[in-house]
Amino acid sequence: MENMIQLDARRLLCPLPVIRTQDAIATMVPGETIIVTSTDPGAKADIPAWCRINGHKVIDIKEEDNEIIISIKVAAG
Amino acid sequence: MKQQRKAVALISGGLDSMLAVRVIQKQGIHVEGINFFTGFCVEGHTHAIRKKHQHKQKRNNALWVAEQLGIKLHIVDVVEEYKDILLNPVHGYGKNVNPCLDCKTFMVKKAVEWIRDHDFDFIITGEVVGQRPMSQRKETMPVVAKESGSNDLLVRPLSAGQLPETLPEREGWLDRKGLFDFSGRSRKPQMALAAQYGFEDYAQPAGGCCMLTDENYAVKLKDMWSNRPSRAYELDDIIMLKMGRHFRLAPNLKIIIGREEGENNFMQGYKNQFVSIYPVSHNGALALVDGEFKSDEELQTALALIARYSQGKNDPQVTLCIRQPNADEKEYTIQPMAVDNIKKQWIL
Repeated sequence: MENMIQLDARRLLCPLPVIRTQDAIATMVPGETIIVTSTDPGAKADIPAWCRINGHKVIDIKEEDNEIIISIKVAAG
Repeated sequence: MKQQRKAVALISGGLDSMLAVRVIQKQGIHVEGINFFTGFCVEGHTHAIRKKHQHKQKRNNALWVAEQLGIKLHIVDVVEEYKDILLNPVHGYGKNVNPCLDCKTFMVKKAVEWIRDHDFDFIITGEVVGQRPMSQRKETMPVVAKESGSNDLLVRPLSAGQLPETLPEREGWLDRKGLFDFSGRSRKPQMALAAQYGFEDYAQPAGGCCMLTDENYAVKLKDMWSNRPSRAYELDDIIMLKMGRHFRLAPNLKIIIGREEGENNFMQGYKNQFVSIYPVSHNGALALVDGEFKSDEELQTALALIARYSQGKNDPQVTLCIRQPNADEKEYTIQPMAVDNIKKQWIL
């Protein structure tokens, strides 16, 4: 089954959610998925921006109870 | 076949580093960006939290710049290592608590380690001779190169003509004639170059991206240092200095009162670390207690002050709940403080 990592980036402020995402993805292999949960509204723009410049694919962004949940498919580094 | 040379650029998110990267890209060099998170970066925190700033575009400028330039950006958390730079700067502080020369040297030194680990050839920065009073002077720019260990691997494309030739120039990886010789505090040459490159949108010039250069922030940081047994700090400490109104009631006691809903929500996350106080008879701000009450008088003063910042400020009494980090709660009813009784020396 495909590996999926949950990353809790709640209560962290910009750019820490991005850094935690970046560092987690560095340990993953292409095709795996990471789901990042953040409470920083800035993460909604910053994490997709980081994914775009690094080639990873954001497959879903949703907001639930002031939490932003971003699903990312890891691409080759 | 000619070897593809690679440079890493220190990206602050400002115009100068953006231009420096483009200058080097135009010479056929592969460039990637590196950005260091010290905990004192201006963008993000306050804008993300405060409701009144929610109309502002929440972008991380370093990421945005990287995307405009089409380069990868590596963001490095240096919060722990940076503590020693801030607490013990060899070259001292600037106007506020900004250890700019040590900071720049530290970042370039980290970039030296990075290029060794990643097999890159040299480092570029957007520094301009004479642009800033501490780290970007003709006398101090060589200090950064020397003390960081980058030496002639450090290229400043915007001011290269003002500085000694570097290894990438000597080796022919870069054509010195394609670099610039900007100097001084004027931003006009950078703006002209930005226009030439078609950069219409860019963040405010460098220097405004660090809280340590901010006078109000420096007052709060110095107050924290002078009222604790040591200057050691944690990331939460320095983030809290950006949050709320700060009242120093006594050396052992500071009250932080949320300024609006966004801050109150964020401060809720600290209720298990700090004693928190909030009104229950009226709507109003959440307050955190940094320190301890050494007397009932201090407690009463703090309660009256916090009541002042509730919607019951003009009522005879406000009931407040004091919550301990272990969730024990106790209610007090108090008369809100008259505005004239808020002492100026309390306000940080």
